[in-house]
Amino acid sequence: MKNPIEGLHKEFENRIKLGIMSVLMVNDSMDFLDLKEILGVTDGNLASHINALEKKEMISVTKQFVGKKPNTSYSATTKGRTAFSEHLTALENLIKKT
Amino acid sequence: MRTAESDLKDIKELMERSSRFISLSGLSGVFAGVYALIGAGIAHFHFMPETSEYGRPDYTGSLDKLQDIVLIAGSVLVLSLATAIFFTTRNAKKKKQKIWDKRSQQMLWNLAIPLLAGGLFLLILLKQGTLYLIAPAMLIFYGLALINGSKYTFNDIRYLGYCQIALGLLATWFYGHSLLFWSVGFGILHIVYGAAMYWKYER
Repeated sequence: MKNPIEGLHKEFENRIKLGIMSVLMVNDSMDFLDLKEILGVTDGNLASHINALEKKEMISVTKQFVGKKPNTSYSATTKGRTAFSEHLTALENLIKKT
Repeated sequence: MRTAESDLKDIKELMERSSRFISLSGLSGVFAGVYALIGAGIAHFHFMPETSEYGRPDYTGSLDKLQDIVLIAGSVLVLSLATAIFFTTRNAKKKKQKIWDKRSQQMLWNLAIPLLAGGLFLLILLKQGTLYLIAPAMLIFYGLALINGSKYTFNDIRYLGYCQIALGLLATWFYGHSLLFWSVGFGILHIVYGAAMYWKYER
């Protein structure tokens, strides 16, 4: 059998990054305020983790105007979805092993 | 300490909370069921004097009593909705979920599509005097609404939806007893399901 640790992605080790990905896996897209509320984190904290995930191409950012207000929303990329699924499988394998 | 177990639990919880409206209160189901039974009881005795020759109430003919029935059904609906809003708001506060956000809107809209179609269908039936199909149609459209809405709240209500559709079809087949099937669907099933949901998620 493959080493179960193999599927674990370092990118998702952080709690907030894990949270962002979890939410974006089941929602097509979500804006900053909504994410912040669900995860219960501060603006700065959320922004820095979002930036890191965006840099790794795990999530994509869409900026648009809703009426006159700028609105930024986030979605998981295909790469992000695949990576997160692998991460989940690895976590499950870890549990099965112990 | 963080473990794979706690991570998975957090992930699952976040996925649920971010995509579904989980504050829907089971108590609103229980009360809706009680109102429905009372309403059905009143309707039943209202029709009783016109027992047909087969010895069962005749639900098909009496257009003059129609207004009363619409009034009873309307009261049951309004009372049920008001109670649902009350208990669900209370529950949302407890669960720290917003009552009016993307999730509740998604749930309501998805419930509303089959319900609006059903409502228009009922109005047409009323207009044409096809009264014996009203109770079955209510059950079927309500069942479809529950199945459609279940993606955005507790998945459990999907099974309530299947039951309502089955009852609706039975009520169409045995349309002389449609009020009985209606009472089982909107009354008894609501009480049983509401109590089960309360037991499972709100205790």
